[in-house]
Amino acid sequence: MIPLKIVKRDDLPRNKAILIRTLSVALSIVFAGLVIALLGYNPIIVFTSMVKGALGTTIRIQQTTLKAIPLLITSLGILVAFKMKFWNIGGEGQIMMGAFAATAVALNLDLPKPLMLLSMVVAAMVMGGLWAFIPAFFKAKMGTNETIFTLMLNYLAIKFVTYLQYGPWKDPSSQGFPKIAAFSDAAILPSLGGVHIGWIIALVLVVLVYIFLNHTKKGYEISVVGESIETARYAGMNISSIIIISMMLSGGLCGLTGMIQASAVEKTLSASLSANYGFTAIITTWLAGLNAIATLFVCVAFAILVQGGNYIQISMQVPASVADMIQSIILFFVLGSEFFLQYKVTFHKYLKVKKEAK
Amino acid sequence: MKKFTKFLALALAVSMSMMALAGCGGSTSESAPEAEETAAVTKVGFIYIGSQNDGGYSQAQHNGTTAVQEYFGDKVETIIAENVSEEKQTVKTTAINMIDQGASIVIGTSFGFMDALEELATEYPDVTFLHFSGYKMNDTNFGNYFGAMEEPRYLTGMIAGMMTKTDKLGYVAAFPYTEVHIGIDAFTLGAQSVNPDVEVKVVYTNSWGDPAGEKAAAESLLAQDCDIITQHADSAGPQLAAEAAGKLAIGYNLDNSLVAPGSFLTAPVWHHEKYLIPTIEKIMAGTYVPESYYGTMKDGYVGLAPMTDLVPQDVQDKVNEVAAKMEAGEYPVFVGPIYDTEGNVLVAEGETLDREGIWTVMQSLVKGVSAVN
Repeated sequence: MIPLKIVKRDDLPRNKAILIRTLSVALSIVFAGLVIALLGYNPIIVFTSMVKGALGTTIRIQQTTLKAIPLLITSLGILVAFKMKFWNIGGEGQIMMGAFAATAVALNLDLPKPLMLLSMVVAAMVMGGLWAFIPAFFKAKMGTNETIFTLMLNYLAIKFVTYLQYGPWKDPSSQGFPKIAAFSDAAILPSLGGVHIGWIIALVLVVLVYIFLNHTKKGYEISVVGESIETARYAGMNISSIIIISMMLSGGLCGLTGMIQASAVEKTLSASLSANYGFTAIITTWLAGLNAIATLFVCVAFAILVQGGNYIQISMQVPASVADMIQSIILFFVLGSEFFLQYKVTFHKYLKVKKEAK
Repeated sequence: MKKFTKFLALALAVSMSMMALAGCGGSTSESAPEAEETAAVTKVGFIYIGSQNDGGYSQAQHNGTTAVQEYFGDKVETIIAENVSEEKQTVKTTAINMIDQGASIVIGTSFGFMDALEELATEYPDVTFLHFSGYKMNDTNFGNYFGAMEEPRYLTGMIAGMMTKTDKLGYVAAFPYTEVHIGIDAFTLGAQSVNPDVEVKVVYTNSWGDPAGEKAAAESLLAQDCDIITQHADSAGPQLAAEAAGKLAIGYNLDNSLVAPGSFLTAPVWHHEKYLIPTIEKIMAGTYVPESYYGTMKDGYVGLAPMTDLVPQDVQDKVNEVAAKMEAGEYPVFVGPIYDTEGNVLVAEGETLDREGIWTVMQSLVKGVSAVN
């Protein structure tokens, strides 16, 4: 028998929570540093280069921002669902379907730029919302498991876009290469400060989602359903409608990510557009403790980690796997600290001895 | 209050981590190997879709990179980025990070990097961009390169056509698209040139690199009585599947005679350095004019890996004979009459397809091929 006792914590003093989190970050850096040293690199130079590579010059800050935008908007979408304890693992598919709808508008309508972009945004959000409506409907009406349902819809959406790319939407002028035609200028988001205006959209959304979840009736209802469906039912809330509305909002935000990536970055639709943002956002949302403002910080920190990792790969020629490993170690420790924030671990024998001594 | 505390704690944790990272930096930043010296060293950045030792496509690319580094010695510094996915954002960030490091030549080695490189060529006019397998270019700093893989593929078809006992050949293919179809057609025509009864069965994996899927595809072909398996996909999976079934295999990209010694006959391979070395030399001398390069066996850009002992001597002799003609530029692959799977004429009698013709007409599959979608 392992003399361990794991007890759920009731409440954690503030300074202790800070201590645990700080310790986890410090430990992750020490441990990652050890691994780097074992691989024959100087950990101090590696870490320095990562930070420099993410924030060192204007160009690098722009690259970091570009990575934070899709992550942040997707995280906000995931957040709305998670607040209700509806585990939306389907961000990936909702991004894809949003991008699909935006592309359908961009390639088939001939509108002036502002109207074009607005139509693309609306189409993407509606489509992403509808894609999320499917599992929400079945959850609300039949109690299906949303985790599996949303996960499977990802593959459906990605395969659907792959089909379009290799089939009916293949650009006929591309000599048989499987790519969809590029957007016209009217369908491309403008830039501000060297980065497309998705960063402004993202910041505005942080505030809006924060207000929605914390200061509106609907937002309150969502957290009540999240805490206890029984309480919500007792209070006379329409649970089905709350599940469906918040899930559609969640999918709509993910769909918006799809539109932004298609319009501003890829300038077309492709089967790899979602780039795992739907999955990464689950981690960032969780790390942010389901708080909209904290999501901003976590996503920026994550983008720094990704851009820094990409940078050291090139500047120091460390293999891609080393950069991935550093990211994973840091994530592992930071996520692992969540456990110690929720539970208290003690040793049986030690406790006994202590008691007897008294 | 509780919520605010939590937020504060997290914000602090994040900022602490940043401070810790930055703190480590301050004192030792001078020792960081940031390349400030721009002396006479030309930095060349290579972007790979896979890892440099993936046992296939990217490893073949990396062999070219290594040859470039060896040839130029101190005059060139090659830097690589591996496992770069085809999203435009990822490709652009990688290339920009390379340029940030002083790279004046950036080489993208996957088709999906094309549009990103096109945008970069406009944004960074002082950097030269080369793209493998694409069709876009400009007049100043963006060119592309590819090779006549149909030539060595035709030779592998001859080997398979002569060695098969069931007259059924299996082809594990990535996607139903032109480059892949050209290869299937060349292989089939090569096999038919020595064995008119031969049949080629194709299974698509819908992925460029999927070891498990490729192995499964090969197994399904073996179950359909195919006794020689070839592939247009990245992994050694099909060769291993053939080896396990006691059958034979023709690889792609690399000489895998040590990976699957029981099945490996040969493979059509790339010699990227044949293009890269002279082109980088021209760029360094300032005489480079963007082109769309298409290297043949005559150029030494594509070829056949050494045939293993599993290939009988008389087969080797016959293949070497045709290979010699190809190397002399006297043996075109696509010569009419060629029919499609429905029996319609694709290439009329007496007609020979040039590069452009190959890439338009050979989108169709030729008679003798049956593909499962």
